Amino acid sequence: MIRKDAQTILSVKNLTANINDTPILKGVNLEVKEGEVHAIMGRNGSGKSTFSKVLAGHPAYEVTGGEIIYKGVNLLEKEPDERALSGIFLAFQYPLEIPGVSNLEFLRVAYNAKQKYLGLEEIDVFEFEDLVEDKLDIVKMDPAFLQRSLNEGFSGGEKKRNEILQMALLEPSLAILDETDSGLDIDALRIVANGVNQLATPYTASLVITHYQRLLDYIEPDFVHVMYDGRIITSGGKELALELEDKGYDFLDELNQKVLVEVGG
Amino acid sequence: MTLTTNLIFKPEEISLKGAYLGKILRQCEEQKTVFNVELTGWIKELRQKAAYDVVKSDLPTTKDEEWRFTDLSSLLENEFKIASETKLSLFDLEAFIYPEAAQSRLVFVNGIYAPKLSNISAIPEGIYVGNLENLDLTNSQKLVKYLGQQEGSNEVFTALNTSGLKDGAIIWFNKNIETKTPIHLLFLSVPSFDHPTIDQPRTLIVAEANSQIEIIEQYGAITLGCSDRPQNHPYFTNAVTEIFLEDNSQVKHTRIQRESGDGFQIGKTAISQARNSRYSCVEVNLGAKLFRHNLEVNQQGEQTETTLNGLTILGGRQVGDTHSVISLNHPHGTTNQLHKYIIDEFAQGIFSGKVSVPHNAQLTNANQLNRNLLLSPKARIQTKPELQITADNVKCSHGATVSQLEDDEIFYLRSRGLNEYDARHLLIDAFAGEILDLLPIESLNHRLTQCVACRTLE
Repeated sequence: MIRKDAQTILSVKNLTANINDTPILKGVNLEVKEGEVHAIMGRNGSGKSTFSKVLAGHPAYEVTGGEIIYKGVNLLEKEPDERALSGIFLAFQYPLEIPGVSNLEFLRVAYNAKQKYLGLEEIDVFEFEDLVEDKLDIVKMDPAFLQRSLNEGFSGGEKKRNEILQMALLEPSLAILDETDSGLDIDALRIVANGVNQLATPYTASLVITHYQRLLDYIEPDFVHVMYDGRIITSGGKELALELEDKGYDFLDELNQKVLVEVGG
Repeated sequence: MTLTTNLIFKPEEISLKGAYLGKILRQCEEQKTVFNVELTGWIKELRQKAAYDVVKSDLPTTKDEEWRFTDLSSLLENEFKIASETKLSLFDLEAFIYPEAAQSRLVFVNGIYAPKLSNISAIPEGIYVGNLENLDLTNSQKLVKYLGQQEGSNEVFTALNTSGLKDGAIIWFNKNIETKTPIHLLFLSVPSFDHPTIDQPRTLIVAEANSQIEIIEQYGAITLGCSDRPQNHPYFTNAVTEIFLEDNSQVKHTRIQRESGDGFQIGKTAISQARNSRYSCVEVNLGAKLFRHNLEVNQQGEQTETTLNGLTILGGRQVGDTHSVISLNHPHGTTNQLHKYIIDEFAQGIFSGKVSVPHNAQLTNANQLNRNLLLSPKARIQTKPELQITADNVKCSHGATVSQLEDDEIFYLRSRGLNEYDARHLLIDAFAGEILDLLPIESLNHRLTQCVACRTLE
């Protein structure tokens, strides 16, 4: 859904970040425009998930340099909830289980926080039930899940579908999917990917973080970036994902060597 | 009819350690009993026996295993005098009244029955809800089987209560009687501005065979402003509640403790369960500078069901202690217990839960869990879930968890647009809600939910 007149949604320059004084991100650059789907691939530990958490504002990560401009605003000055309200959505790799909070109530509170932010009226339980039932179909979720505690006792697939349901309600401008495909069987993967595709518009963008090329058969990326040791070392079209699948991640070691030589490292 | 017992306490016989108790005991013995004439002799004996038990006992110290973490020295700094009668108006009671139990309410102020504040117009026939003094003759004669007859009644604070027994709250359901109306027992303390006071509420609940009772037992204080804030008017509530469930009866019990921030409470709830009876308790502890609740359940027949749920909220420098003992002695018993603590600032929580499953309690199904949420680095919990099993064909579990509000949980909620305050609120509400949602009436649930939010988020 690439448009010629598309605005830049996200611009990341030389981003570096630490956790517990250990550098994880070592200079990430990325530009995402409206309507685009970007995939970030890489080995475990390459910094993919850290990147997604830094974008969402996780307090455990310390940004040590660089900038993140989201819709023209310096994102690093914003609290996690402000980021969420302004349209950034992170679908978690491991969604948390929160006993005692009903899924329905949680979704309503989150939805109303957004309504309030947008200056719109908050909606009551009954109106909300109607609204959420329409959205359930996107992820083929059983209404019974709404009455259960948030993610408590959900299977891996159910948790991920619940993340996409939240995304459907919050209608983000930038959806970040952190390894949403890992641990899913092919049926669940299809449902989740379909949900993401249905929610894509020419004015929103997605950042799909994944370890496996398989997901990209269902969510077709416009750009594929490869992360290695806290940097994006190469970018390309969807053929890059296939190449990576073909050659395996070990091929990155050579590639990284080449990049370092090119930049004179 | 009133009487004075013969004094048992003789100051010269009492050691220094016992001197503190002695002072209170002497005041207890001077209490005039208000009771119908047929049983004066029996009550007198009961009180004398209890006074002996007090004289024989010492105050517990942290050297006693069961009091290891509960230091009573802040209680002992005060010289308590028996509280005197204080007049209140219905207006003062506003914050303590529930519409669902507006006509089934029994009120005691400073341990003294307040008929003008009570309203029992919705109590159907076959049920007695009132004070000891007005109990009718038939039940009076049966009283000797129950009052002061629970096991463990020689425990020092319980004995102290009995030694000063002058009146009490009685709820008595005759055979096969049930009502949907919850009965509200309200014990209010009005702290004196002049000197520390002690009052000793006493409750007896009898559920005869096949009856069903729903009861809300509540302790509170009338103070200027929010009673949770310490105002340096110490008082001591030494409460004893005895509950008897006869064959196949059911008691749903809610116990709310919200003494003032200066108040001390030592409370005993002793329950006897005959065969096929079902007892459930939801206790919520919010108040008191220091409290100890001893909850004792004695199974006296086969196939009883016992459910104990509790929530304790502590802040400031509060000390809150719940000790429960469930003694099973017959087959096919079921017990389920969940007690939660939310502890903030410098407060200290103590939980001890003993479930005893001896050899003749085969086919028992016992579960116990204590979960604790600590909101500050200085908050502390001492927890001791304890199963004693010698039966070999039983299903039992027990455990304790201690946690904080996890950063990851807060982040997850914030990443969905909730601000930090709302995220914390939601998590604490969820933790407390599991217990509060069990409360039998809507208005109580609503009020306590607000109160928990006020206590844990400000």
